[in-house]
Amino acid sequence: MTLAPDTTRPIFVAQDVTRVFRTGAVEVRALRGVTLSLQEGEMVVLLGASGSGKSTFMNILGGLDKPTEGQVFFRETELTRASDAELTRYRRDHVGFVFQFYNLVPSLTACENVALVTEIARNPLRPEAALELMGLGGRLDHFPAELSGGEQQRVAIARAIAKQPDVLLCDEPTGALDSKTGVQVLEALCRVNEELGTATVLITHNADIQRIAHRVVTLTDGRVSSDEPNTARVSPAEVSW
Amino acid sequence: MKALDRKLLRDLRRIWAQSLAIAMVLACGIMIMVAAQSTQRALTGTQAAYYDHHRFADIFAQATRAPNGLLAEIAEIDGVAQVDGRISFHAVLDIDGVGAPAMGRIVSMPPDPSVGLNVPLVRRGRLPDPDQLSQIALNEPFAEAHGLVPGSTLRAVLNGQLRELEVTGWVLSPEFIYTVAPGMMMPDDSRFGVIWLNEAGAAALKDMEGAFNDVALRLARGADTRAVIAELDHLLEPFGGVGAQPRTDQTSHAFLDSELQQLGALALFLPPIFLLVAGFLVNMVLTRLIAMERAQIGLMRALGYHRLEIGAHYMKLAGLIGVLGLAIGWGAGWWLGEGMLAIYGDFFRFPFLMRDPALGAVALSGALGLLAVFLGAFRAMNAAIRLAPAEAMSPPAPPRFSRGRADRLLVALRLRQSAMMILRSILRWPGRAAITVLGVSMSVGVLVSSYFVFDAIAVVQERVFDQGNRQQVTLALASAEPARAVEDAYALPGVVAAEGGYAVPVRLINGHRTHLTAMQAHGEGAQLARLIDDYTGPVTLPGAGLVLPERLARNLDVRPGSRVQVELLTPPREVLDLPVTRVIHQSFGGEVHISQAALFEAMRIAPQVNQIHLRVDPAQMAALQERIKTLPAIAGLSDWQDVRDQFDATLNESLLTMALIYTTIGLMIAVGVVYNAARIQLSERSHELATLRVLGFTRAEVGFVLVGEIMLLAVLAVPIGWLLGYQFAQGMVEAISTDVVQLPFAISRRTFAMASIAVLLAALASVLLVRRRLDRVDLASALKARD
Repeated sequence: MTLAPDTTRPIFVAQDVTRVFRTGAVEVRALRGVTLSLQEGEMVVLLGASGSGKSTFMNILGGLDKPTEGQVFFRETELTRASDAELTRYRRDHVGFVFQFYNLVPSLTACENVALVTEIARNPLRPEAALELMGLGGRLDHFPAELSGGEQQRVAIARAIAKQPDVLLCDEPTGALDSKTGVQVLEALCRVNEELGTATVLITHNADIQRIAHRVVTLTDGRVSSDEPNTARVSPAEVSW
Repeated sequence: MKALDRKLLRDLRRIWAQSLAIAMVLACGIMIMVAAQSTQRALTGTQAAYYDHHRFADIFAQATRAPNGLLAEIAEIDGVAQVDGRISFHAVLDIDGVGAPAMGRIVSMPPDPSVGLNVPLVRRGRLPDPDQLSQIALNEPFAEAHGLVPGSTLRAVLNGQLRELEVTGWVLSPEFIYTVAPGMMMPDDSRFGVIWLNEAGAAALKDMEGAFNDVALRLARGADTRAVIAELDHLLEPFGGVGAQPRTDQTSHAFLDSELQQLGALALFLPPIFLLVAGFLVNMVLTRLIAMERAQIGLMRALGYHRLEIGAHYMKLAGLIGVLGLAIGWGAGWWLGEGMLAIYGDFFRFPFLMRDPALGAVALSGALGLLAVFLGAFRAMNAAIRLAPAEAMSPPAPPRFSRGRADRLLVALRLRQSAMMILRSILRWPGRAAITVLGVSMSVGVLVSSYFVFDAIAVVQERVFDQGNRQQVTLALASAEPARAVEDAYALPGVVAAEGGYAVPVRLINGHRTHLTAMQAHGEGAQLARLIDDYTGPVTLPGAGLVLPERLARNLDVRPGSRVQVELLTPPREVLDLPVTRVIHQSFGGEVHISQAALFEAMRIAPQVNQIHLRVDPAQMAALQERIKTLPAIAGLSDWQDVRDQFDATLNESLLTMALIYTTIGLMIAVGVVYNAARIQLSERSHELATLRVLGFTRAEVGFVLVGEIMLLAVLAVPIGWLLGYQFAQGMVEAISTDVVQLPFAISRRTFAMASIAVLLAALASVLLVRRRLDRVDLASALKARD
């Protein structure tokens, strides 16, 4: 089953979002008025140079940070007004994260890393099923240190999707991987997007990865410089590295 | 300043809280060492100077009545430098406005006391006029307790008559620093006083013109004390000598020495624990710091710094922590020492104090403190500087978790993953977990061994008062009376029950070992004054043979079955050969016990009494006290309720202060260890814990991983702490037991519980302090950074 993005229902709406970091006397404006909406089931690639504000924007979408000004809605909920406890709840119930450096707990096996999330989620997959989906059925009892980078990242994706999140936020998920394992990881993300209909936001440096997205948003100096639908989607295997 | 040294200071500033926690643990050890040593040395020095200035005698002896001519013969004994013959006796005192009679030790004073021995020091007023026979000087504590200022009067039953005496002054004497009434356990300044009376007056009262019944000797340097005592005993024997005592057995001196001995034990007992823990903590913290700076170490090596330079850099850091601990410890030790000296000085009423900075203890504590931190640092540093620069600059291999037997057990338990994280971390770093457990258990141990003193005291209270002495009043008779005197006691007001006791001074002899003491004869089926073993309760006296307290048995080297020669030092002055039938544990008192039947049979005399124990109707107590003040047959009286109140008051005050100090320093270990362990956990796992927050774990759930691990270790440490506390307490009993006081060994469940609760609360507070830092972790940046 392949689910097409529902372009009539936004999952995220960001209005005029700015984020200013102050360290001592230095003021860094990471976001300068970003207005953007993302749709249910959509796969969006966020492109931009280093320092363009894409990670800052994703952290705000994920409830890890709050904007200095502007509003962000997740469906009907205004994240910008949520308390710390409400944001925790939001992350727990709705968001799956995938990071460049996997962020697995080294003292837990693959299966246990996934169980870490399924134990607190409302309607989770079984950890084994999530890992199976990532092609890791044979690596359940391996500790992170015993897995390759690609395998570790797939465990991280399994951990992110096991709660059946509404949105998957991936910050440079292939940044630390070689092309072969990078493709495997992208395939896994596409499969989740298509089969489970999970809205996916993917940050990358690699411009060619935009070809797998429904839509490509480019940030430049904290502003949206382009927002284009991708009409000619390709499979991850065709992405050049 | 060199760049590396600037880095050192910044590193120290960054880990200031952890460094301070370590320094405080170290400081506790140093403080105790310096405070106890300086107090002990100052008091010992003061005592020696006081003794010297006031010519405190070396040997004391009493007789019934010896002619003054004998003094010249005593002075001839080889090694005797000075002899002072005097008259001394006990009397019942009656003070205006005080219902209960007090007891006085009356000591005669020559016309010019300044040339004699045991020279009294006038603190207020003046000494009595040599020709005024009814003038007296009082020892200061007693006079102060009753407000008997110069010019006031008191009455004493002297030679069968109630006489009025006029107070001319207050004095102190090295002979009566610690004034304990005969048969009592502690000083009671309101119930027992020393009275200096003119020699002529005392002689007239006791019909002792040209005679003495008490003699004090000062020895020449290098004299043989034992030989002098033997000679002196020989000379006094025809005149009712009851055995001479060296200074070490003199009551006041023995008590004072016992206190000083305990202080000395304190200086040795606790500090090693603190130094050990501080060393471990330095090791733990530096290991982490070095792990974090691994790349920097590699870089410095690549830049051309020598291994040893880098090693010295980290040793300096440890050294600075050590110096901080020393500075705090020395400062606190000086402050505590001053406080202790003031308290002891007041308690003993030394007329002056000779401070002693205890430079030896300062130097030794400094050396040991630095040694502890350097040893701790050395291990941490050694591995780091041996790494090749290239290896050091690359990130360390991720920790490997194995699937050993213990891990399979964990998996089988089907725990939540957060619990798995805790348990795997402990299994992965057992050394660090062990340091935490060890530190926390030592904290529990220190607390158990300090709270245990309360239990020991409770045993003493129960044994001595509730079980051993159930009489309200003990009357000491002026001379031994036939046993029927007990019946006569019923005629006194309010007496409900009366029991006779008999005590006789004896010399116990086993081969070359001898010991002067009193032999207490107990009546069969005694209900009031009973002999009690601290551990097993009331003791039934054997039909024949002796019961000895442990310490006395040890000093004489006898055990049940041995035979002891008992030389009676009052008529008939026979030597009895008696078997030891039992050895008991007693906290106070070094007397030997026998049944009355056995004693009188061996002495071949009719039963006698020289003590009468009374149970009294409380409503009639005042009437009894009034009556006793006028009875010449009664030389003294002890009110046991009063003794108990005094005992409780003295101990409550000093024990509570002591418990407070011990709790503070004991908990310092727990705080230092737990705070550092938690900080290290947080630093190592901030990445992992931030991940949990991102995944949607609440602050409390994430906090559980941090707090849970530390508290699990703390809980595991508790039973080990009990064992350590048990050992420490046993060591403490040995260390602070003296010839005067032997604490019973008893630890209550309450002590174990209180120590555990206090330590667990301190641990929890420390780890929660660290947990708050979790709230400040920036989730986004924590995840970006690669560990």
